[in-house]
Amino acid sequence: MNATAIRAGFLTNVQDLGRPGFREFGVSLGGALDTHALRVANLLVGNDESAAGLEITFGGLRLRFADERIIVWCGGEFKGSIGSTSLDAGHPALLCAGEEFSLESPALGCRAWLAISGGIDVAFVLGSRATDLRAGFGGVNGRPLCDSEEFSLGQNPERAKVLIDKLRVEKVARWKPPHNWSNTAQRAPTLRYIRGSDSNRFVESTLQLFSSESFFVSPDSDRMGIRLDGPRLERNENSDLLSEAVAPGTVQVPPNGKPILLLNDCQTIGGYPKIAHMITVDLSVANQLRPGDRVRFAEVSIRDAHALLLERERNMEQFRRGLELHFK
Amino acid sequence: MEIAPLGDSALLIRIADNFDDAPEDALNDVLAAKRSLEAAKIPGVIEIAPAYTTVAVFYDSMRAIDAGAPVEDVIGWFERRIRAALSASNQNAADRLEKSAIQIPVCYDTEFGFDLEDVARHAGLDSKEVVDVHCGSEYRVHCVGFTGGFPFLGGLPRKLATPRLDAPRKQIPAGSVAIGGKQTGIYPIKSPGGWHVIGRTSLKLFDPRKNPPVLLRAGDRVRFRSITREEFEKSRS
Repeated sequence: MNATAIRAGFLTNVQDLGRPGFREFGVSLGGALDTHALRVANLLVGNDESAAGLEITFGGLRLRFADERIIVWCGGEFKGSIGSTSLDAGHPALLCAGEEFSLESPALGCRAWLAISGGIDVAFVLGSRATDLRAGFGGVNGRPLCDSEEFSLGQNPERAKVLIDKLRVEKVARWKPPHNWSNTAQRAPTLRYIRGSDSNRFVESTLQLFSSESFFVSPDSDRMGIRLDGPRLERNENSDLLSEAVAPGTVQVPPNGKPILLLNDCQTIGGYPKIAHMITVDLSVANQLRPGDRVRFAEVSIRDAHALLLERERNMEQFRRGLELHFK
Repeated sequence: MEIAPLGDSALLIRIADNFDDAPEDALNDVLAAKRSLEAAKIPGVIEIAPAYTTVAVFYDSMRAIDAGAPVEDVIGWFERRIRAALSASNQNAADRLEKSAIQIPVCYDTEFGFDLEDVARHAGLDSKEVVDVHCGSEYRVHCVGFTGGFPFLGGLPRKLATPRLDAPRKQIPAGSVAIGGKQTGIYPIKSPGGWHVIGRTSLKLFDPRKNPPVLLRAGDRVRFRSITREEFEKSRS
């Protein structure tokens, strides 16, 4: 069965957990900019956590479904609704055939992830359903959704059918995941990083500037990276390096001294010195930054980065077990 | 050999210190390291990506921890396994696959090679001489990146080296063969770019419906062959 994007909004595209395994061929990792949010949303609708959903940037989306579906959205401070009923982030809701879900522009943050029971059924390309917007493949014809676009959904899994029966009366479940899992945007956040592999290419005072000053998000930010304005970060020498691997979370500094925080659609290699790498758990917050937002950075150890990730994964395991009672 | 964290999910291994003096040696060492790391099947490793003098190892720290890595020293745990894998390989690095060069037919018409005359002027040659020199050399892929399937080719004769454009063009057509600094390469898809375009090939450098999705990968040998406009049109249909 299908869903129709009556209005596709500013930038809505199909994403899953990404396309690892092809970096040596120059293929970006891609995938949802907040894989944690998409995993949580998928688990809440009874999907496998790797199912494809929609990544919605700046809202403006109106979706209609041809049959019964459970949906959940997580992300920034958007106003979601089903018809005239509001639907807050993280709450599983039943949509009947013909009903409409909409997501208006956000008060804080810029992205949301919508999981639909059964997942979005587009072809796997190089092992993933994610849209690679830069190279133009994956997702729906390698591009964002258009107005009036129809796309296929997979069959409702058994778990979702249980929820559909349970939610027939109340429509929207009262339960939801931890608040900071469903509502990920923060005002003027401090993002944690570990020192970059080229930090010796910056003088100590530059490294201090990076960790003590505020930076502002520039308008030309996208899924490839967040461009930042702020105090100029001087490099020791003005020559770039021989290109080497970069990754989502890498902060590189081009000759103009304005850092770029790379996101999932970044190139696989880069030749600018790397001053820092955001820790994985904070990428959920980083990708919500929008033009004009203020951000600060704080250094942590790689041990802390791994410990925080382990803690989040243990909580995820507990969350997954806790959900079982809703699917019985 | 330096091993440094590239964030909390990857390690960057510097295999060779020097590129400019011995690019072929660096490439061979990097490819050998990649093969040994793949053969070692270190738990938690997702993928291994080479580039010039480095190899990046992307890992899933949760899988490493499940396999016994202590959370307070995931890096050390990987580093020991990486060093062991690489020192084992040094003893049998001889099994190198020597494949013959892949031929790339290129139409150097100025309509496609819109910067050919600039490159010629910079080199103090005429356009035909540039084509002859470009086709007369054998190249090797040192790295694939920028966009999917873009080969960075080393082995460009010194006289053809041309500094990149000050401001990149917004759109370079797919198949464009170009020179950027001391390297030459081919744009697999329509994309922005700052290199000097000297011709075009009809070969598909990147096809995500295939696996591997690329025509050229690190280590491959490449030669360019000049074709006429007619041959180009025919090869495209």
